[in-house]
Amino acid sequence: MKSDRLLKRLREFLPPESILSEREDLNPYESDGLTAFRQLPLVVVIPETEAQVQQVLRLCFAEAVPVVARGAGTGLSGGALPLSNGVLLSLAKFSRIEHIDPLARTARVQPGVRNLAISEAAAAFGLYYAPDPSSQIVCSIGGNVAENSGGVHCLKYGLTVNNILALRVITIEGEILEIGSAALDSTGYDLLALMTGSEGMLGVITEVTVKLLPKPERAQVLLAGFDSVEKAGAAVADIISAGIIPAGLEMMDKLAIRAAEDFVHAGYPLDVEAILLCELDGMNEEVSVEIKRVHSILQQAGATTVRTALDDAERLKFWAGRKAAFPAVGRLAPDYYCMDGTIPRKRLPQVLRRIHDYSAHFGLAVANVFHAGDGNLHPLILYDANKPGELVRAEAFGAKILELCVEVGGSITGEHGVGVEKIDQMCVQFMTQELALFHALKKSWDEQGLLNPGKAVPTLHRCAEYGAMHVHHGKAKFPNVPRF
Amino acid sequence: MMQTLLDQFSESIRLAGTRRRPLRIRGSGSKDFYGGTPSGEVLDASGYRGIVDYAPEELVLTARAGTLLHEIEAVLAEQGQMLPFEPPHFGPRATLGGCVAAGLSGPRRASSGAVRDFVLGVRMMNGLGESLQFGGQVMKNVAGYDVSRLMAGSLGTLGLLLEVSLKVLPKPQAEATLQFELNELQALEKMNRWAGQPFPISATCYHDHVLTLRLSGAQSAIQATHAKLGGQLMVADDEFWHGIREQTSRFFREESSLWRVSLPSTATLQLPSKQLIEWGGALRWVFTDEDGAKVRALAEQARGQATLFRSATKPKIIFHPLPKPLLQVHQRMKRAFDPQGIFNIGRMYPDF
Ligand SMILES: Cc1cc2nc3c(=O)[nH]c(=O)nc-3n(C[C@H](O)[C@H](O)[C@H](O)COP(=O)(O)OP(=O)(O)OC[C@H]3O[C@@H](n4cnc5c(N)ncnc54)[C@H](O)[C@@H]3O)c2cc1C
Repeated sequence: MKSDRLLKRLREFLPPESILSEREDLNPYESDGLTAFRQLPLVVVIPETEAQVQQVLRLCFAEAVPVVARGAGTGLSGGALPLSNGVLLSLAKFSRIEHIDPLARTARVQPGVRNLAISEAAAAFGLYYAPDPSSQIVCSIGGNVAENSGGVHCLKYGLTVNNILALRVITIEGEILEIGSAALDSTGYDLLALMTGSEGMLGVITEVTVKLLPKPERAQVLLAGFDSVEKAGAAVADIISAGIIPAGLEMMDKLAIRAAEDFVHAGYPLDVEAILLCELDGMNEEVSVEIKRVHSILQQAGATTVRTALDDAERLKFWAGRKAAFPAVGRLAPDYYCMDGTIPRKRLPQVLRRIHDYSAHFGLAVANVFHAGDGNLHPLILYDANKPGELVRAEAFGAKILELCVEVGGSITGEHGVGVEKIDQMCVQFMTQELALFHALKKSWDEQGLLNPGKAVPTLHRCAEYGAMHVHHGKAKFPNVPRF
Repeated sequence: MMQTLLDQFSESIRLAGTRRRPLRIRGSGSKDFYGGTPSGEVLDASGYRGIVDYAPEELVLTARAGTLLHEIEAVLAEQGQMLPFEPPHFGPRATLGGCVAAGLSGPRRASSGAVRDFVLGVRMMNGLGESLQFGGQVMKNVAGYDVSRLMAGSLGTLGLLLEVSLKVLPKPQAEATLQFELNELQALEKMNRWAGQPFPISATCYHDHVLTLRLSGAQSAIQATHAKLGGQLMVADDEFWHGIREQTSRFFREESSLWRVSLPSTATLQLPSKQLIEWGGALRWVFTDEDGAKVRALAEQARGQATLFRSATKPKIIFHPLPKPLLQVHQRMKRAFDPQGIFNIGRMYPDF
């Protein structure tokens, strides 16, 4: 459809300030958090009401115009990357917290509400929303649902999918669906789970009901330093084998520690190869006992230093270093590329060794930040986009890491989503028939493929061209053929 | 041998597809009472069994769908771990596949989560007899649509489950059960208030003027909670919770139809009949011979849904009907998995 005709039709039901079509107005929307990919959309619409969203979708459906939904644009896989022939649908104006029910411990919010704003609003009732991505000051709850975002506390408290109760979703045909309910379960298929992590491919979320949890009586954090990554990894297994599920269990390697320390002065030891942050929470009495147990487990595991945060201020300081790890590493080089693979935890030493080898091979440094409790690794590859060839090398390095994750039985993405970024690696993780089922599922929601087309699931044709060696679920096809 | 079984499954499914003759997937039949009675020949899935992988320090267990639930629980218990959703068995030979397909969770559900919250990955066969794998053995995985969780509670209508990977958790160090004499409104209020404070509550049950509350966690936390909340310490509490989970306790011995009503935890259900409340108020078991339409209307008034759980005869509507747009999405999704319409037709809704 011609853009002037589309604009004319949009103006029939949207106020002028809700439509952007001038180049300088479109610029801020050309990418999400993955800035290596940029594309201007045909038009940006910023509706204010659900009825307007419905009209936008109906129009796009009728005219076969693709639509990309956008929350806060902090996504790291290019999920909200616009399409040159499509509408970018911003949910930024859906920023109202509609209702908090302190007794039932639920909050009903619009999709553009910031993650942290929910916990801030619930704090008056001693409640909070558990999933806490590091981007929580800015990212939207709608984006969190679309990506199934996690945070440093998800080992104990779960991901987005475990912490939401209901959604209002508008299909590309403009049909409003109520998925889930304020109860704990609903009849029919678990569409709440299907929608979570579906990267804006099945419908546009216009309302989210989340669960709220009581704030723990006490939270305390331990900081342990190790002279090898192996020992830190073994300590994680020891803690869990002892029957303890920490509220947070994070690991950082040397480069990440140094960057974070320089950036926020968190008080991390600098003479170690790895640190572990282990947070315990619960009732006062419980935390007192557990802290002692974990302290001795860490020492027995060979920690060179173990410190318990003295007070809440120090606890927050320890976390500040971890939460600022991405931007901190970002100061080490002009650009960094954040990966997001998951692995069975026991494979960590092997995986880190291979990443180290790749780093030498590609001539690019890498810092590792690890949600150690649940095996989610974030290698941050440092590069300089202005140096010819470095971006391409960084991407090739990243692809290697993801393929390695699949090879050891893990996944190419734990929480950042596939988007446009990892679309080729989907061919490595999934077989043709599995991808075919994804396409069939997509079709059952969006027959014409108008919602965020080209993202998340590669076409079979693309996989054939990529020619990936299929290392399905840890079993490489030719295990004896050497590869680097 | 397991490969031969897989080949047989695939063959039966393909044959059923070409002949357009539906199949009825069955583990041990422990949950035959639940949902509609599907038409077609039985596809016995119980032979495909055995634990494939279990790494206690990774908190992950993978087993074939025919593996007996109690076998899995025994293996976990040896390592001091458990299935956090405390699934009901409803029979001595309940299988993992049946447990995941039925999607039923036990007393711990309100605090720990449901079956679907712990499913990490599945291997399954679709309606074309193709063996497919989704999710994996890792805690976090957002590659592709979450088909694994979608299988939980789909009652075998989307495919034959072959293998399931689950997140497991350590058993609590200690447990204790407290009882309080209260009326229903007081009990609902208390359950909701206490759930909003950091007490280690792991299960609740209200019936016949008694609120029963289970605490799980460190001994010190349990003692502190008991000191704060008061209540009578219950002996033989394991038996009590087992009776609730398996529906063998006295409340469940009744002739009339048993309804399962799922609703917001603070809602009141205006049904003047025998009720038992679980999940902090969010689940009500109701015995009544009232007309189904009436029970459903009352559930809807309370912003909930009603499912006919057990009854002498099976009416056409068992699960709460879906609004039309949602029903259409269900029908299209069913076709995506099972294009010929052969799996468990009539188990969930009349046509799938
Ligand atoms: C510094 C930094 C730290 C981060 N840390 C974490 C972390 O710890 N954990 C983590 O999981 N992620 C993290 N992220 C990634 C990112 O913040 C999350 O993926 C977040 O959920 C994206 O939310 P958003 O509102 O920015 O979504 P966007 O980037 O705008 O969109 C993301 C996807 O969701 C879709 N979408 C958005 N809104 C809707 C809607 N209403 N309906 C349908 N589809 C929609 C989009 O189409 C797109 O596919 C981090 C990012 C940055 C930049």
